[in-house]
Amino acid sequence: MRYSIASLVANALTGNRNWKPVWREPEPKPAYDVVIVGGGGHGLATAHYLAKEHGITNVAVIDKSYLGSGNVGRNTTIVRSNYLLPENEPFYEWSMKLWEGLEQDLNYNTMVSQRGVLNVFHSDGQRDAFVRRGNAMLLHGADAQLLDREQVRTLVPFIDFDNARFPVRGGLLQPRGGTVRHDAVIWGYARSADTLGVDIIQNCAATGFRIENGRILGVETERGFIGAKTVALSVAGSSGRVAQMAGLRLPVESHALQAFVTEGIKPLLDTVITFGAGHFYCSQSDKGGLVFGGDIEGYNSYAQRGNLPAVEDVAEGGMALMPAIGRLRILRSWAGLLDMSMDGSPIMDHTPVEGLYFNGGWCYGGFKATPAAGWCFAHLIATGQPHPHATAYRFDRFGTGRVIDEKGVGAQPNLH
Amino acid sequence: MRITCPYCGERALDEFTYRGDATVKRPDSLDENTAEAWVDYVYLRDNPAGPHKELWHHGAGCHAWLEVTRDTVTHEILDVAFARKGC
Amino acid sequence: MAGRQTNRLRGHGLVDQGTTVSFRFDGQQLTGHPGDTLASALLANGIRLVGRSFKYHRPRGILTAGSEEPNALVELRQGARREPNTRATTIELYDGLEAASQNRWPSLKADLLSLNQLAAPLLGAGFYYKTFMWPAAFWEKLYEPMIRRAAGLGYPSKQADPDSYEKTNAFCDVLVIGAGPAGLSAALAAAKAGARVILCDEDFALGGRLLSERGDVDGESGAPGRRPRRPNSSPPDCRILRRTTVFGAYDGGVYAAVERVSDHLPVPPEHAPRQRLWRIVAKQAIVCAGAFERPIVFGDNDRPGVMLAGAVRTYVNRFGVAPGQNAVIFADNDAALRTATDLADAGLTVQAIVDPRPQGSAAAEQVAAGTGALYLRGVIEKVRGAHGVRVVGVRDNQGGTRTIKCDLLAISGGWNPALNLTTHLGGKPRWDDSRACLVPGDLPAGMRVAGAAVGEVSTEACLASGEAAGAGAARDCGFSPSAPSRPAPDRQIAPATPVWQVETGRGKAFVDSQNDVAVSDVKLAAREGFRVPDHVKRYTTLGMATDQGKTSNLNGAAILAEATGRYLGAVGSTTFRPPYTPVSIGALAGHHRGTDFRPTRLTPSHRWAEEQGAVFVEVGMWMRALMFPRPEESAQETVNREVANTRAHVGVCDVSTLGKIDVQGTDAAAFLDKVYINGFSKLAVGKARYGLMLREDGFAMDDGTTARLAEDHFYMTTTTANAVRVSQHLEFCQEVLWPELDVQTVSATEQWAQYAVAGPNARAVIAALLDSGQDISNDAFPYMACGTFKICGGVPARLFRLSFSGELAYEIGVPARYGDGLIRAIMDAGAAHGIAPYGTEALGVMRIEKGHAAGPELNGQTTAHDLGLGRMMSKKKDFVGRFLGEREALNEPARAALVGLKPLDPKVRVSAGAHLVPKGADAVAANDQGYVTSQAYSPELKSFVALAMLSNGPARHGEVLKVCDPLRGSETLAEVCSPHFVDPDGERLRV
Repeated sequence: MRYSIASLVANALTGNRNWKPVWREPEPKPAYDVVIVGGGGHGLATAHYLAKEHGITNVAVIDKSYLGSGNVGRNTTIVRSNYLLPENEPFYEWSMKLWEGLEQDLNYNTMVSQRGVLNVFHSDGQRDAFVRRGNAMLLHGADAQLLDREQVRTLVPFIDFDNARFPVRGGLLQPRGGTVRHDAVIWGYARSADTLGVDIIQNCAATGFRIENGRILGVETERGFIGAKTVALSVAGSSGRVAQMAGLRLPVESHALQAFVTEGIKPLLDTVITFGAGHFYCSQSDKGGLVFGGDIEGYNSYAQRGNLPAVEDVAEGGMALMPAIGRLRILRSWAGLLDMSMDGSPIMDHTPVEGLYFNGGWCYGGFKATPAAGWCFAHLIATGQPHPHATAYRFDRFGTGRVIDEKGVGAQPNLH
Repeated sequence: MRITCPYCGERALDEFTYRGDATVKRPDSLDENTAEAWVDYVYLRDNPAGPHKELWHHGAGCHAWLEVTRDTVTHEILDVAFARKGC
Repeated sequence: MAGRQTNRLRGHGLVDQGTTVSFRFDGQQLTGHPGDTLASALLANGIRLVGRSFKYHRPRGILTAGSEEPNALVELRQGARREPNTRATTIELYDGLEAASQNRWPSLKADLLSLNQLAAPLLGAGFYYKTFMWPAAFWEKLYEPMIRRAAGLGYPSKQADPDSYEKTNAFCDVLVIGAGPAGLSAALAAAKAGARVILCDEDFALGGRLLSERGDVDGESGAPGRRPRRPNSSPPDCRILRRTTVFGAYDGGVYAAVERVSDHLPVPPEHAPRQRLWRIVAKQAIVCAGAFERPIVFGDNDRPGVMLAGAVRTYVNRFGVAPGQNAVIFADNDAALRTATDLADAGLTVQAIVDPRPQGSAAAEQVAAGTGALYLRGVIEKVRGAHGVRVVGVRDNQGGTRTIKCDLLAISGGWNPALNLTTHLGGKPRWDDSRACLVPGDLPAGMRVAGAAVGEVSTEACLASGEAAGAGAARDCGFSPSAPSRPAPDRQIAPATPVWQVETGRGKAFVDSQNDVAVSDVKLAAREGFRVPDHVKRYTTLGMATDQGKTSNLNGAAILAEATGRYLGAVGSTTFRPPYTPVSIGALAGHHRGTDFRPTRLTPSHRWAEEQGAVFVEVGMWMRALMFPRPEESAQETVNREVANTRAHVGVCDVSTLGKIDVQGTDAAAFLDKVYINGFSKLAVGKARYGLMLREDGFAMDDGTTARLAEDHFYMTTTTANAVRVSQHLEFCQEVLWPELDVQTVSATEQWAQYAVAGPNARAVIAALLDSGQDISNDAFPYMACGTFKICGGVPARLFRLSFSGELAYEIGVPARYGDGLIRAIMDAGAAHGIAPYGTEALGVMRIEKGHAAGPELNGQTTAHDLGLGRMMSKKKDFVGRFLGEREALNEPARAALVGLKPLDPKVRVSAGAHLVPKGADAVAANDQGYVTSQAYSPELKSFVALAMLSNGPARHGEVLKVCDPLRGSETLAEVCSPHFVDPDGERLRV
């Protein structure tokens, strides 16, 4: 059923009794052309683009829990393409362009809200680094603006301009950046993929891989063996333990990242803002809550929760930047599991097992990458060749030294 | 999470910084045939779900590097020892 | 009107009716008593309508008497202290309190957006996912602003929070969470056994439900007015924290609590915080958080005047307030019958007891007879009264209907244990069929649950279960508690027959009233395939409001189970996460805001520099002198003067912030060989050497000079930014990589004050400081020499002939306590030689003129090759980063490497952060060949100059490139040159 104001009215008049399930709940078939492990944003986007762009529809997406139970439903919903390095910027800018047309593509309102992403800076050195990045963005055809202190004040008047330990001296703004309603991304992709013939199978954990003579034959699952010519892993956060089942060691550690939301309030913050003297990023959801986060916990973890020091650190960053939020209350905190890669950039590549593809290592950047990750991973699966925007995301870069280290902190995942 | 430093006793998480897997072994840099071993050492990790031997630095205490065995699923700390053997 | 508390029950309750306090709600002047909450005081004044709901702007009243309240949210206080969404049920009344209703316009009684109700069929669960898509650009311009303005509840203050917050740590054997019967009993048992106990309760009074219920405890009267016994006399070690909510359970027995120190006062007293964050480390914890009564869902169940039966008892018994004069009770359990008795005993009318249980209840019939109420077997099917209940419609189980006039509908669908804290560490609740509720499942190590939180019903059972848990916790801490004084509670209870909802055709039946999630929304979600509680939650927003579904989650799951034909116990639940109740960001941040956000480190010369009128700049945690302006000087003039004076005469700069690490041991030299790319074992005693460190992945980490003070003693300097990281790295190398080496390292950054004295006259200045008989002539103390000297009458000083500026220069270090004295002595000694201080800005200009790499070049992405230091990498020894640093990709010529840039027009600044493209090429990514890292105006060259990283740079000296800064809209042409702009052969430093 196509969604529109007309369909809303028609259904309202019939007591909303005729809405159909957004996706089917099929039993797994014995075999598929492609089995995607992981029903998160990336997995479902991959299925959508495989079907829509490449006509590959004999596809199953399997997930160990409910759709979107991982990071796609646990992030702070920020989208942006404000990257420095030439290996990253075209990819994220492509993602931005896909976000911009997503609602029309999916016929689902994912609430892509291009309200701007503002990175404030606090020193001349930081300004110069931001200028370098802003110029890189412009050279790649993205958008960026350098704001002085007064322009920042116009955007966010209640920043601590008078009494700050690290005064705000300006900011780098990407006006096209913003937020997207994360759950809608899942449901929109799932609905579209399902409509195009993809089987979405929830509560079907992969328990192993059948590999013979270096070639993948399929996936062992809780609901039996599912044969597949191609198996695509899209399980960021759990990449370590899933890859282990295929005998792979990865340049990835799993880390937990907490996020927070306050009680709903009337409009306060009209942009996404990030603090430059600590790790704190914040936006206000359409429902009214401030949604924010900061650093990962810092230690390997498969527990979807964090500890108090990170909570305090985030709150301190928030108060240092915007002391007007002191009396607002956090009503919920949660955590997602990140694939923290060794250079802070993702991996999208073949594996040594023929027919087994890997997409992971997204660090903090997985959500904003969702459309392009799906697009490029589908391209890789369908053609066997990396998409031009994702050619650098290879496993072998760690051997050659062609690492993609935006922050310049080296092979220390918890610092990226 | 609280870590019991063998010198300082049980201390809060924020006194420590985390480095990572304690089981990886640094190859000999003068041996030219160690290219793969070096990539392994610097970049590849087992990243297990369960007990994990890992290095922590007690920077707000005695500055010792510790080898902590911790369950990555439950966060339970199973053992703490000095990273410097024979201490 | 003021002062007429029409619904106050004189002589009832625990409030101090002898004292009157005034407050305002929506501008109306009202009165209450100490001991009231805002909710009880509003009810005492006959006010039932207190707010509007989120989506439909339905009139809402007070549902509960606790922190689980979904409806009665107000804006408390005004101005910078305004707190939106504050639960009236937890606000302790104080004189002068100001509160306002929210989410209404123009007024609470006449709210324009209540028209949304008319469009309700269009506004069902998830409607916004299906529309607002055309045209695409309208989302940000029209739809989203409209939605955002309508959403949210209260208005935030946009001013800085004027109050302060603090944090504290506490350690105990046993933490007891909740001071109801189970908690008090647990705390007493544990403390009696000798355990150090902390007892926390979110309420301002201890007692929990004991404050709300009548009945006897241990033979003492349970009449309201009885003070609960506090475990405060005999046991010496029980710290009692009232107004303190334990909101989170974390790993390792860490619990977070927030104490509302001053929220019951108009403003915090001087020097007192508003709130305090407690980090409590407990060996054992006992969750005695009680239970939440759950509503029954039926049409128009959100009308003001519909109240949970237990809350009605709280208002009557604890606060001495009649929530209504004519009550109807609608409950599926006998415990709620107490409400009828208590109302009747308070002189209020109970019109009817409506019992939806198929089997009915003899006890209910008896209570009805005793209170003069009708006993009706049936259900409430409608509620009339827009701004408060006026009439309820009852459908009896024979199908007959009748209406009853009333102004209070007390409802109860049973109780849900407040097990929230048991799930914070991953525990999954377990469905208990006989109690018809979720009970705590597997518990984290060291946690127990007692009382109503584990499903106990009677006070006796709560007391007994608390005592057992308290004794058990004490035992697990190594104490020997005495045998329990109470018999173990009888765990045989009559199976509950829960009624989750009443099917009615009319009126929206709300499951989550704050978020306006109705039964129809849950059913729509199920119809659309959202069949797990998490999907239903995300699609309908059920349980996402400020109360996090405390009164709605289970009803939602039950309706979902029914809609999908599943057993409720198999449907599962969403997860409770911290915080238990909303916690202010201010409390979590504590003092760490404003200038106290992070520590401020001051250099030894800071006070002196202040006296000179220095301008300071944040460098990491440090404050450093940026420049020393003179009157009428522009910033550029100041920097030019400081540079020119240093190059012409002599200047002094505080360099104490550089990391300083003492390295000692018989293997100290061998150790340095391993951490630097270049060798140190052949460095002579009395000499210093520049060194570069790599990370193990082969990229540059840090640089600095290291001096050999003795055969087994080195003194290393690092950059300011990397001081801590390098120190930690050295400890790693020493303890983990090469434990066999005899070497110790220790940071000495704070122990030494160090000044750079630079310029042609530097030697004369230093010589003037030296005690007699010491020779620093060029022969005795050449470039890169180091040694220990006596200055200023016997003060030991370390002298290093190092130069960052490129001039004849020394760094002189003294123990930090002499730092202030030394800068003054240097200035005195230098007066005759034209000395002037210079700040970090001039320091930066001179290092750029000399082409020294600093932070912008050592950005973690550059290699020794990129910095022009590739040849320093020893081929003969092992060092950190050696193997991976030799990978081809880190050394290929096409990499961006350090060059100098001179603008063709010397008066044009070369922007730092600009990118480099070939002259004549477009500023697009395909032409991008590098970027400008640092720039300055060189007074010596009378030109702007810059450092840059340029692909194949060292081979391109003389080439003209376009410097593109589209971000600032500038393009310049510049010539690539050597980064060594001034004195490239280093003659000045060797004189």
